[in-house]
Amino acid sequence: MTPSYRKIFNDGLWHKNTGLVALLGLCPLLAVSTTIINSLALGLATILTLSLSNLTVSMVRTLLRPEIRIPAYVLIIASIVTAVELSMQAWFHDLYLSLGIFIPLIVTNCAIIGRAESFASRHPPLPALVDGFATGAGFCLALFALGATRELMGHGSLLRDAQFLLGEGAATLQLTIIPHYDGFRLAILPAGAFIFLGFLIALRSWLAR
Amino acid sequence: MPESTLPHSPPMWKSATALAVVAAAGAGILAGIHELTRDDIEAQQQRAVLTQLEQVLGPITHDNVLHQDLIRVSDTVLFPGDQLVEIFRARQDGQPVAAVIRLLAKDGYNGDISLLLGVHYDGEISGVRVLAHKETPGLGDDIEFARSDWILGFDGLSLTARPRQQWAVKRDGGGFDQFTGATMTPRAVVKAVRLALEYFESNKDLIFAPSVPSEAPNAAPEGH
Repeated sequence: MTPSYRKIFNDGLWHKNTGLVALLGLCPLLAVSTTIINSLALGLATILTLSLSNLTVSMVRTLLRPEIRIPAYVLIIASIVTAVELSMQAWFHDLYLSLGIFIPLIVTNCAIIGRAESFASRHPPLPALVDGFATGAGFCLALFALGATRELMGHGSLLRDAQFLLGEGAATLQLTIIPHYDGFRLAILPAGAFIFLGFLIALRSWLAR
Repeated sequence: MPESTLPHSPPMWKSATALAVVAAAGAGILAGIHELTRDDIEAQQQRAVLTQLEQVLGPITHDNVLHQDLIRVSDTVLFPGDQLVEIFRARQDGQPVAAVIRLLAKDGYNGDISLLLGVHYDGEISGVRVLAHKETPGLGDDIEFARSDWILGFDGLSLTARPRQQWAVKRDGGGFDQFTGATMTPRAVVKAVRLALEYFESNKDLIFAPSVPSEAPNAAPEGH
């Protein structure tokens, strides 16, 4: 039975949040979340990839034999990520230059194949698309929270380098929250990513208790 | 027996065919997208290279196609690590005006730092930019123009304008700022720029030779 769209969104954003509950996709989550802008960029690309892969998997789900479904999903996801990368390179080149290295990282996000297997392969295309979007949005939310925490602790600012994502005019968006701040270096280093992710998971569990 | 664990298992060739169809469809779609985006990507890359070259050269006049007039050189002493360094040449009426050297600084804190160095024919630096690096975020990345003005400190310098012992970070007794918590990164950049300038001074005529042989100047100057 296909769950309601409301339930799909509740699960994707909160109850089964990829980053904070399922703990899937930690590789890109930890690597990229040094600033809000980096986090948002990877989050948006993940939403796009996850929506497209869920939609495609759902559309071919009756054609695929069960014993080859996993390699078939891998092929589909790899094709979609490559297509997204090529399109960005051609038509959003400046964005590609600042994000290019993050895009292939999406392939390492096991949440994508996880949703293909556990949802898209069992439900019609429209709910699968919505599920991909909701799961991606939940991942983006976790990235955003971690990116904001690390940027604030590490740089004392929010939204720095906004021009990389939003164009030249956005450079003024940067908010210096703590002036003359030397930076808490651990927050930007990989170890800090683990520590702050731990705090975020604890916070979410506490709120959801 | 395998048959008993998968009672409804279809023949292997059917599965293989189905998978091959998925792979072929994926490859076909990607080939189409590649075809569709290829020209745009190439144009964007050319534009990006040209923008970078113009950024380090500043306002100079030249009449040749900059990003196509290049040679690749190597030098075991001044360009360490067996790298092949690209030199783009700017000319006006066939006369040398300036050059852009694309090289790697090999001794950063974490891996190679890819640099673009613009230098006038008289040896004065017109600009330096970092193209790519893997230095520590928040510490070493102030070498990026997008993050700090540090890299502009090279503008207008030359081997004569700043004595050799001054080509070092302040901690080493030189004239360049280091960053809090990151000395190795600026040290590596300063050293690579100085070595490239020395190469340029010693090999100027060969670099700008009208018909450069495909294997460009290779000889390291004596005394290093």
